[in-house]
Amino acid sequence: MSVQGPHQVLELAKVSRTFGEGATAVAALREVDLSIRAGEFVAVMGPSGSGKSSLLALAGGLDRPTSGGVFVESTPLGGLGLNELARLRRRAVGYVFQDFNLVPTLTAAENVALPLELDGTAARKAQRQAIDALRQVGIPELADRFMDQMSGGQQQRVAIARAIVGNRRLILTDEPTGALDSTTGHGVMEVLRGRADAGAAVMLVTHEARHAAWADRVVFLRDGRIVDQAAAMHDPAMLLTQAGH
Amino acid sequence: MSIRHSLLALLQDQPRYGYQLRVEFENRTGSTWSLNIGQVYTTLDRLERDGLVSNDGSDGEGHVIYSITAAGKAEVRNWFAAPVERNNPPRNELAIKLALAVTLPGVDVQAIIQAQRVASIRALQDYTKARRDTAANQRAADTAWLLVLDSLIFQTEAEVRWLDLCEARMLQQAQTAGQATPRKSSNGVTVEEAAPLIADSRR
Ligand SMILES: Nc1ncnc2c1ncn2[C@@H]1O[C@H](COP(=O)(O)OP(=O)(O)O)[C@@H](O)[C@H]1O
Ligand SMILES: [Mg+2]
Repeated sequence: MSVQGPHQVLELAKVSRTFGEGATAVAALREVDLSIRAGEFVAVMGPSGSGKSSLLALAGGLDRPTSGGVFVESTPLGGLGLNELARLRRRAVGYVFQDFNLVPTLTAAENVALPLELDGTAARKAQRQAIDALRQVGIPELADRFMDQMSGGQQQRVAIARAIVGNRRLILTDEPTGALDSTTGHGVMEVLRGRADAGAAVMLVTHEARHAAWADRVVFLRDGRIVDQAAAMHDPAMLLTQAGH
Repeated sequence: MSIRHSLLALLQDQPRYGYQLRVEFENRTGSTWSLNIGQVYTTLDRLERDGLVSNDGSDGEGHVIYSITAAGKAEVRNWFAAPVERNNPPRNELAIKLALAVTLPGVDVQAIIQAQRVASIRALQDYTKARRDTAANQRAADTAWLLVLDSLIFQTEAEVRWLDLCEARMLQQAQTAGQATPRKSSNGVTVEEAAPLIADSRR
């Protein structure tokens, strides 16, 4: 693997994923190459069924490719056993599911602390880190609430806090702004952007251009392939020429 | 953009000469739109002819100073009070391009839409980054620039949503023409979802 500049936190090399076999087989991803560096924020857009969630699941080690390799911090996920994979997921990867996947019988802070405690962090330390993550998403005062005492937007923030707790290096989020009002959506983008600026690699699946625009790079998927990429120019002079009519 | 009214508004503040007006205009609009100095002088000549400004002569350093007249002040009041005039309908090169593309055989409209989408999102990325950087500075002088950036962000987002709608429409037409294509745009927007975004939706 070539390493130049900031290292690759995530690397997908010729990754394909096919569901089913024979005549009914569905190719969800076809030979996708995609790398995300430390500090880089990448947004993924594409029509429904284009393979966005499949891509995210492979990147997070929740699913295995039919062919090709997935590397997280240079570790080939294909070479890991189930326990090792689970440990890597708890330590390095934060994942926000489309439907949050929060535990209803736990409080917000307990939900956020869960991956740390499963990984052997002492309860008090895990609790402290959980509160810190809840503060980053703007709801430290809701730490002791149960899920059914929170709005959809608040639960979404808990899910994001759980993904960023303990300085995860790779943060993967599937439409995390789904049912959010625009102010909350903006807040979620600020948190994700902040994690990337602090050195994490962030991948966001979204259909909102306004949210994708927070990313350094926007990747367009269609029929399981990357068909386009847009990178910000970061050139103020260009910006003014564009805007001036 | 009305150069005429912008210059009048600046003169209401205090008398100024041409170059000062140009610099002041750019400062106050976040340097988004540049004025060329020739435009400034031609506009000042016309304003003087119409009795909205008066030429106060040179300041001794070769600058011709202008100040606003009572009629000029009334004109500024009216300008601020009235909603901005819309060219009806506003000329929109993208809309014209797509309208022509859909009527010409052999043009890959979906490719045009996707190319535009990539360009628009790239612009949106730049505006969003500029907005973030400016907001982080929290300088009072940046308020004008923030307002302008917000406006550009809204316009560009609307453009992308409109592209989604165009694509969904195209796919729907292809479908009714007998081809089995999903009724979704590249960003997963259906015609039904997108239709309320435009005024003439045929539902
Ligand atoms: N577990 C699965 N079993 C069978 N087909 C699947 C499965 N997951 C996804 N697919 C198919 O793979 C394709 C990509 O799905 P997905 O990654 O969920 O797309 P997106 O998130 O972009 O909507 C779709 O055709 C979908 O039906
Ligand atoms: Mg999905």
